[in-house]
Amino acid sequence: MSWSWPYFFDYMNNGLMLRGVWVTIWLSIISMTIGLGLGIFAALMKMYGNPAVRFISEFYIWLFRGTPILIQLVIIYTGLPQLGIRFNVIESCILGLALNEGAYLAEIIRSGIMSVDKGQEDASRAVGMNWRERMWLVILPQATRTIIPPLGNQFNGMLKTTSLCSVISMQELMRSAQMIAQIEFRVLEAYCIAALWYLLLVSIWGLIQTRIEAHYEKPFGSQEAVSNSEK
Amino acid sequence: MNDTNSVVSIKDVKKAFGKNVVLDGINLEVSRGQVVVICGRSGSGKSTLLRCIDQLESIDSGEIRAAGHLMGFKEFNTKLVPLKDAAIAKQQRDIGMVFQNFNLFPHVSVLENIMLAPMKILKRKKSEVENEALALLERVGLPDKKNAYPRQLSGGQQQRIAIARALAMKPKLMLFDEPTSALDPEMISEVLDVMIDLSKAGMTMIVVTHEMGFARAAADRVILMHDAKIVEDAAPRDFFEKPRSEHTRLFLSKILQH
Repeated sequence: MSWSWPYFFDYMNNGLMLRGVWVTIWLSIISMTIGLGLGIFAALMKMYGNPAVRFISEFYIWLFRGTPILIQLVIIYTGLPQLGIRFNVIESCILGLALNEGAYLAEIIRSGIMSVDKGQEDASRAVGMNWRERMWLVILPQATRTIIPPLGNQFNGMLKTTSLCSVISMQELMRSAQMIAQIEFRVLEAYCIAALWYLLLVSIWGLIQTRIEAHYEKPFGSQEAVSNSEK
Repeated sequence: MNDTNSVVSIKDVKKAFGKNVVLDGINLEVSRGQVVVICGRSGSGKSTLLRCIDQLESIDSGEIRAAGHLMGFKEFNTKLVPLKDAAIAKQQRDIGMVFQNFNLFPHVSVLENIMLAPMKILKRKKSEVENEALALLERVGLPDKKNAYPRQLSGGQQQRIAIARALAMKPKLMLFDEPTSALDPEMISEVLDVMIDLSKAGMTMIVVTHEMGFARAAADRVILMHDAKIVEDAAPRDFFEKPRSEHTRLFLSKILQH
């Protein structure tokens, strides 16, 4: 059996494959969003919490960065039911991906917060902002500029990490390719199409990330560049 | 303290960073509308005193009353109980502070720098706050910079915006922590001019500075700090012409030499 272009093109707009692409997209976005929330929370707990709170945050980060995401997914979906805790496939995937992502993002967000000039804390306190207001209005918006590049990198990784969810039978892109490959045993054609889709998704994200970075860089750009863009 | 005209009343304030004593029994009264200049060599405690008045640093003992608040504490059954962060933030709204390094918010425009606190902290109406912000920009002489970002401005312009940002909260007291020390010489006067206007408008001000020209022109009193203590507190003329403290004579001879 040699390479077949007809199968290749047929798989390209195969309904099952396209459905997989769509699942990969929303699974990535939802998991990333929840993971970002968890990451901000964990970072703030670690930086500003009392020792007990800090311990919880550090334990969470240690645990989820220290074990493979594949084991985390399998434990959540197939292991926890043993204890009477049941999540369906979609819940398990989102939970596993978000918890894992949050642990990595916590450290990225922490370094972003630390990169903000100490004078900003003084200035925001001097105009009468309490801790919450300082964080949300002054510190985090400035940390975002430092956080966005590694955050984009993490989302790039997330798009591909979702493929691990195929192991617990989530019908995302990887699982779709598996299923298609089994129909006619056109394994190479099916997985090449899946690989191309991942490449396309990651490339589109790359373009979006560039625009987001430019947006947050705008206030910090060279004097000329900024004043030109305002005309 | 009972004097209703008193805006700042500091009683026996002490503070140390570890073994290093930076404020050693400071007493200071400032009445409404007064402009007090504090000078002294670096490390004498003058910046720390300002930061303690605005609660950017806490004190070890004594008490500070400023803009109608017992800063950092509340009285409870004749005892002083330390306030939490949010309550301190409310006290800080009544005191404006200007820093050596400006510390404008770099991620938002000049106009948003001025409007941020009144809008988000005091939850005031945008149109109202914007009109006041534009008036403040006019007052510091930078109406055409409202859409610029801080990075696009010179140091002198940034400091004038920082003054406008502080004034937007309608403070009862303004603190200036070496406002011109980070500026190129040709920009110093544009900032001092704004401060002199402010003093003429009746603002109560405490200014840590080495600009003796400003002290002569605008100050009601000049204070010299030396080794964590206030060693001279006099009207400008007396301060410069017949200082009582040996430290003041030494300080003046060094500053006026060149």
